[in-house]
Parts: sequence; C-alpha cells; structure tokens
Amino acid sequence: MSKTLFDKVWDSHVVRKIEDGPDVFFIDRHFIHEVTSPVAFVGLKQRGIGVMYPERTFATADHNTPTWDQHLPVADPLSANQLEALANNAAEYGISHWGLGHRNNGIVHIVGPENGITLPGSTIVCGDSHTSTHGAFGAIAFGIGTSEVEMVLSTQCIMQPKPKKMRINVNGELGFGVTPKDVALYIISQQTTSGATGYFVEYAGDVFENMSMEGRMTVCNLSIEMGARGGMIAPDEKTFEYIKGRKHTPKGADWDKAMAYWKTLKTDDDAEFDVEFNYNAANIEPMITYGTNPGMGMGVTQSIPMAEDVQGGVATYKKSLGYMKFNEGDDMIGKQVDYVFLGSCTNGRIEDFRAFCSIVEGRQKADNITAWLVPGSHKVVDQIKEEGLDKILEEAGFVLREPGCSACLAMNDDKVPAGKLAVSTSNRNFEGRQGPGSRTLLASPLVAAATAVEGVVTDPRTLIKVTA
Amino acid sequence: MAKSKNNMAYDKFEVLTSTAYPLPIENVDTDQIIPARFLKATERKGFGDNFFRDWRYDSEGNPIADFPLNDKKHEGSKILVGGKNFGSGSSREHAAWSVYDFGLRCVISSFFADIFRNNCLNIGVLPVQVSADFAQKLFDAIEADPKTDIKVDLPNQTVTLLSTGESESFDINGYKKGNMLNGFDDIDYLQNMKEEVRAFAETRPF
Repeated sequence: MSKTLFDKVWDSHVVRKIEDGPDVFFIDRHFIHEVTSPVAFVGLKQRGIGVMYPERTFATADHNTPTWDQHLPVADPLSANQLEALANNAAEYGISHWGLGHRNNGIVHIVGPENGITLPGSTIVCGDSHTSTHGAFGAIAFGIGTSEVEMVLSTQCIMQPKPKKMRINVNGELGFGVTPKDVALYIISQQTTSGATGYFVEYAGDVFENMSMEGRMTVCNLSIEMGARGGMIAPDEKTFEYIKGRKHTPKGADWDKAMAYWKTLKTDDDAEFDVEFNYNAANIEPMITYGTNPGMGMGVTQSIPMAEDVQGGVATYKKSLGYMKFNEGDDMIGKQVDYVFLGSCTNGRIEDFRAFCSIVEGRQKADNITAWLVPGSHKVVDQIKEEGLDKILEEAGFVLREPGCSACLAMNDDKVPAGKLAVSTSNRNFEGRQGPGSRTLLASPLVAAATAVEGVVTDPRTLIKVTA
Repeated sequence: MAKSKNNMAYDKFEVLTSTAYPLPIENVDTDQIIPARFLKATERKGFGDNFFRDWRYDSEGNPIADFPLNDKKHEGSKILVGGKNFGSGSSREHAAWSVYDFGLRCVISSFFADIFRNNCLNIGVLPVQVSADFAQKLFDAIEADPKTDIKVDLPNQTVTLLSTGESESFDINGYKKGNMLNGFDDIDYLQNMKEEVRAFAETRPF
C-alpha cells in the first residue's frame, strides 16, 4: 500500500495497537531539560521504577539559564534548584548531561542536530513543543507533557493516537529578502494558530528542497504554532551531508545500512493525505506579526487588518490589539521599537547570525534599541567567531551573549519590561511571553537586524546591498 | 486491577455536576494558563495559585475582581468553559496541573489544542469538546444564571445543561475513558508490557 513519509516512520514505531485507543509508540531519542523533567523523576521514585534505556535520553540545560556570566553560580535559587535536579537525576540514572558550561551545551533543539542525535526515520520527543524542529531531518518529532516524559524514561514508549496527515506544498521562487522564517509565518498566517491542530504536516515543494538544513529546522520548528503536532521534510542529500560524521551519527557499515533505509524515506507518488494545501512562493513577503498569537502575521509593508476582515471572534481580536496597543489599519513600518531579540530554537543557528550580520555590517545599532543576541549553542558561538561575525557585530555596537532559550520565554533575567515593544526572532508573541506586559512582534533575523539599526520596524529590503 | 502505584494518581472521574467558570476568549494559550516564570518548581504542587496569574492579578498583585476566575459568583466551580482553541502553545503539563490544583476537574471548549488535551487526560482533568453552538448555550446560560449547573457524565459521554435539559454527547476513546473511570494512568499500562517493548527495541537500528 502506498504510504506517506509520515506513515513510514510512524508505522515502523508502533509496538502495539490498542483497539479504540492510542498506539503504544516507541521513542528512539528523548531529550530532557531542567523545566519539564524534574517532576517526571519524582514520579519514577514514587513508583519505585527506573529508567529503561538511559542511553536513549539526552539532558541539556537551556530554558532558565542565564545568558551572561555563565561561569558564576546561577543567582536565581529556583532556577539553580532545577538545574541541580537535572544534573542529579542525569547522574543517578546514567543519562548524558550537557549542563551549563559544557562545550556541547545549548538549546535542546539546536544541540540535538549538531551532535547527530537527530536522525532521519527516527522518533524524537521532548517536554517542549518546539521538538517539531527535528522533523527537518525526516524524523517524527514532537513535544510531550511531563507525564509522558515519565513514560519514556520508564518504558521508552508513549501512548499516542496517530494524527491525521496534512501536506503543505510551497513552490516557486522566494523573493529577495524572504527567509525560511517568513515562509513559516506566512503559512501560519494562512492556516491560523489552530488550523493544523490534529495533523502532522509534511512540507514539500521546491522551496523546501532548495532550503538549507537550518532553514528547514526553522520551518519545522514553527509547525506547532498552527496547532500541528509536528512537521517533517523528506531527507535528501543535504540532510545526509549535514549529519555525516557527527558525534552520534552511525559510522562505517552502520552508516551504509542506515543510508539504505533513509533513501526510502519519502512519500510514495500515489499516497494520500487527509488534506493538502498549495502556496505560491512569489506571494510571500518578509513577514511580521501584529497580535498575540503567531497566526496574526502579515507582510511587513501591510497594515493591520480590520476586525471584520479576520476569522474568529471580534472580541478576541480587539482584546489582542488592545494588549498590543495597536489599532486596526495601523502600518507596522515605522513603529518605534525598544528591544530586538535574535536567538531561540527558531532562529538561533549560524545562518541566522549570518543573515543578521549581512544587514548590520557597516551600520550602527540605533540608540533606542536594547539588543539581545543569543546564539543557540556553544558550537554556534564558535562558528560565529570562526567566521568573524563577532567583529562585525561588535563594530556595529552589538554584544553577543551566552547560549540559552533566553528572552524567547523569559524564564531567566532576559525579560522585556512591561509595555515595551520587541522585534523578536523567536516563536511566540503570546501576552507576556517575553516578560509580564511585554509586547512582541515576531519576524525574521533580517527584519530584526533592519529594525535594530533603524530603531523602528523596517523592511530589510530597503537596506540589503544588492550585488550584481 | 491493582490500584495505581502513582502517588500523584488522580481520583476516579464518573459523573460531575457543577457550576462553571466562563472564559469566552479564543486561543487561550498555556502561557496565559500558567506563565513561564512560574514553572520553576521541581515538585508538582502550588500551581493553582498562579493559574491565569496575569489575567487574575494586576501588575501590583491585586486581584482583578471582575475576571471570571476571581468572581465570587462562580467560586467553587469544578468546570471551566473556555473559548475555541483552548490550551494552544507550549507543551507544559504545568498548565494542566494548574487547572487541577485550582480545583477544576473538567474543561469544556468547542476546540482544544492537542498537547493540552493529552496532558489533561493524563492527569485526571476531563477535556470535553462540544459544538460551537452548545458552547455558546453554556456561556449564555452561565451569564443568565451563574449558579446554573452543568452535568458531565463520562460513562454516557454526555454533557447536559440541567436548567433546560439540553444535552450533547462528546468523544473520548475507550482506552482513555477506562483510565479516567478507574483513576489509572498510561504508566500503569506500559509497566505491564516491558517485555514486549524490550523485544521491539532490539529491532531498532538506532
């Protein structure tokens, strides 16, 4: 029978099918971090059970870690307590742990691929909804709750009904200044924040085929923002090239065997999806959000829609604009901004720093902007330095911080103050997401960079040097 | 069947009759249900205090009296009726814990986000999805009379507005329904199939 990429990977991980119930689903790789795992370990202890396959779980500290002076003890006692719990649990159960200061430390969804833990055809979960990132490699990857973290620790399985299947095709040529982040924000704006709920998405079409692995990670990362459990892209030569030779990637004969399997990982020609959407790359502009969910996005040059023109309830829409202190019909270009955040599991990779530098090189940070530039991992920091991007940033008046989730969810000190407006390359513009009362505009690293040098929301296309 | 060894296991859920808190706002995300800054505990307790923290309290920490969860008219309700797409965003189970710790056992909405729904089912909070029309009837009835009772009957999979007798059925898979009725959880189930899992794991290439 013809199968989709998703079917192939899902069906090969079903341990048992429960009638009128979920599938018992085997997990190849499990990531844990300090915020959503401690209670799972408490549960194991209360039940008196252990970790079945500690070698399949990988711990990294990222969510509440400081991005400055990481060599000093963590000042916040509650954060320090969680970090200590993670370290102790990892040590007690024999789980690999990349704590603060470890050279492999960084945001879980950045260090997984960097270290070859993320492989095509595998199943990956983590107590974090942006686990969907790993789908860029042709893995089934999604976020889970803490009860499920406990299930994976104790039995390497979770219980999941198989989601429905959606394919999103984007074909054509992307315009100048349009990045993978814009492609994702465009799709979400079309789907709305809940349009893909209940589905697992496959992204297909030449736009994704031509995209770098970093770009594919950005797109898959944001799948959850339209409600999808995850998104995936069929592995190809680019995928294999990226993972080859990394720390945990199969080697020698194992690699050859894996490659033979990985090459079968694509949707059969006549396989069927529950629903399919087609978008034209030429319609996508650099994007920006204006409301309090990621579906409230539009081209950066457009004006905020009128309440009667949007889907959903008018009261909810007006509440959202009220929180943002925006009016229907407002232009986004020219709005005064206070903070710019470059980083997160969405846009904290080397390509994002290259893009940011391409705009700020030879320019200066605007005086009214506080900028937080937070690489996703120590490896990203190393590469920034190797490529001399740190010098470009320094000359333009920017300071590079240390890796972590940072202002994406503001569990550490990187909080946008109440009422302040931030252009952020992260993934959520929910009320208070970047600090109580903070107001967030989601955008690409190019829009963030253009805004950081101009001090107001700026179309990056007006600043890009066009070379013949 | 043996009782769950999980000390955190929830009480059985059969039939619940209660008044309800109304929250007719769409796309309520888990950052509103429990803001990230309150996720720093290493034990599962105390999350009810910060349930909808930034909607319940102003920036000085004073309760916002007319917010439904603070409104005395609804106090003590065990059901929350939320707007469409309830629980979107982060996978934090803390959101479901805060629902439970606040004293709620059931959330009714015309549409739930996937992970939140799963998390609720795993900890003994029943997510009940109803039609948009029925959700609106519930909101209207609560507004007309905050003391109006809603009956959620899990064995029969129905939700009824007792004042008018209007009723709608809801879906839940048989396995999860059994868990809720008995107070069991998935870990109890999985613990009993470890040999099968071990045999399966042997076949995995990586």
